Amino acid sequence: MSYNWNWDIFLSPTPSGESTYLGWLLNGLQWTLTLSLGAWIMALVLGIGLGVLRTVPNRLLAGSAAAYVEVFRNVPLLVQLFIWYFVLPELLPTTLGDALKQTDPLAQQFFAALLCLGCFTAARVCEQVRAGIASLPRGQRNAGLALGLTLPQTYRYVLLPMALRLILPPLTSEFLNVFKNSAVASTIGLIELSRQSQQLVDYTAQAYEAFIAVTVLYVLINVLVMFGMRVLERRTRVPGYIGGK
Amino acid sequence: MKLPRLSSLVFGCTLLAGAAQAPADTLEKIKDAGSITLGHRESSIPFSYYDDQQRVIGYSQDIALRVVDAIKRELQLPDLQVRLNPVTSQNRIPLIQNGTVDLECGSTTNNTERQKQVGFSTTIFVVGTRLLTKKASGIQDFSDLAGKNVVTTAGTTSERLLRKLNEDKQLNMKIISAKDHGESFLTLETGRAAAFMMDDALLYGELAKAKRPGDWVVVGTPQSLEAYGCVLRKDDPVFKTLVDTTIAGLMTSGEAQKLYAKWFESPIPPKGLNLNFPLSAEMVELYRNPNDRALQ
Repeated sequence: MSYNWNWDIFLSPTPSGESTYLGWLLNGLQWTLTLSLGAWIMALVLGIGLGVLRTVPNRLLAGSAAAYVEVFRNVPLLVQLFIWYFVLPELLPTTLGDALKQTDPLAQQFFAALLCLGCFTAARVCEQVRAGIASLPRGQRNAGLALGLTLPQTYRYVLLPMALRLILPPLTSEFLNVFKNSAVASTIGLIELSRQSQQLVDYTAQAYEAFIAVTVLYVLINVLVMFGMRVLERRTRVPGYIGGK
Repeated sequence: MKLPRLSSLVFGCTLLAGAAQAPADTLEKIKDAGSITLGHRESSIPFSYYDDQQRVIGYSQDIALRVVDAIKRELQLPDLQVRLNPVTSQNRIPLIQNGTVDLECGSTTNNTERQKQVGFSTTIFVVGTRLLTKKASGIQDFSDLAGKNVVTTAGTTSERLLRKLNEDKQLNMKIISAKDHGESFLTLETGRAAAFMMDDALLYGELAKAKRPGDWVVVGTPQSLEAYGCVLRKDDPVFKTLVDTTIAGLMTSGEAQKLYAKWFESPIPPKGLNLNFPLSAEMVELYRNPNDRALQ
């Protein structure tokens, strides 16, 4: 192939001289991690709340949670990101929208991506939580209520502790997806890992080295997440259930 | 996943990249396949872009089609199939290298760094990098940008120049890198950025797409001259000679100037707006003496 391999490229200084190309990649890695972990925390909090709402015996609450899921699950992630970043500021009152657009572009890009990824993943987490709660025998809810627990207490002490432990394996895949989906932020200009690798290609024209490095970094992140989640799974297994002792 | 498996995966990727073999002789490949794949841009107005029926048109595209005609004559393949493959600033070079695209005529700057990876044809256009801004913004030149948000397209030479300028002159600009020229202009139009730095010809192109073209103006001293060339695979002298002589022929015969008038001095799709971008001294010189020198 008409290609000049040059692995030393990562150690050579960038044109502005303040860092090496490896430094760029690590900087991008930092953004990817911050964005993904932030979005994951948001998705867990929001998703568990919505998942509970989907199973409560109140049509209005369950219906609105279902509507949320349908909207966020059925619109492509990239479209959602463009709506958060380009459309939302136009819908705000003009002065507020203009003020927002004059803030630091990096912050705008980061928060648009965070909200987008968080809301999207929350819809998916919500469905896992709902499935987890629905998989429990109906007697558990009834037993909790019969003992005199209020509905919130039944969720807090009976249903959720079981449901969350049951859904850990599917949650692992959602957690992995957050990292991979965070690459969409590159389309609005956030310099995260995949964008940083593209930048490396732009500056050095060493496309394969850059893409291989970035692949390795994504795999590393996800291997770590998988190990961590597996340990957590082992510790929280429910005896007597699938995978339990 | 265990670690030994991970390392074999990485090794596999390396092999895969190495195995992305591209034929050294493009003409041979075209002949064998009975088809040529042209790389084109999607929003590089007026070089290579979609009209309102999603057909690829533009100055560079016209040149590419003339080259295809020459290839048909050379290979005596009158019904050579032409495949169109949209490319971006970021993937055009790898796609040429791995053989997906045979020839890319869009708005690609010929520079020495890129020459290490791909070949460039005779220069098809010379541009200067300038600024597009709102008439009412009061911005006259690059020095007026201090402390402001400025947008440019990711993966372009303008992006580098802008970052360098920011460092050298301590302008404290906040630089937004948008995905393509269309998105850059959207960023400017929605007020996120005060100015859009790009090759002047492309700025005129974006201006032509604006809702109210009269609101916008191209300003600033050109920061650099750049030579656009068609991209082809490196070390393929036979194909390069064919492409070069075709393009040089267009220029010396005066046909290139007609193409220039068609795309830069007459109404063009999609809105029938005239870019009114007069032929620069550099362009006159290029048409007189076609060459493939990089200006960067």
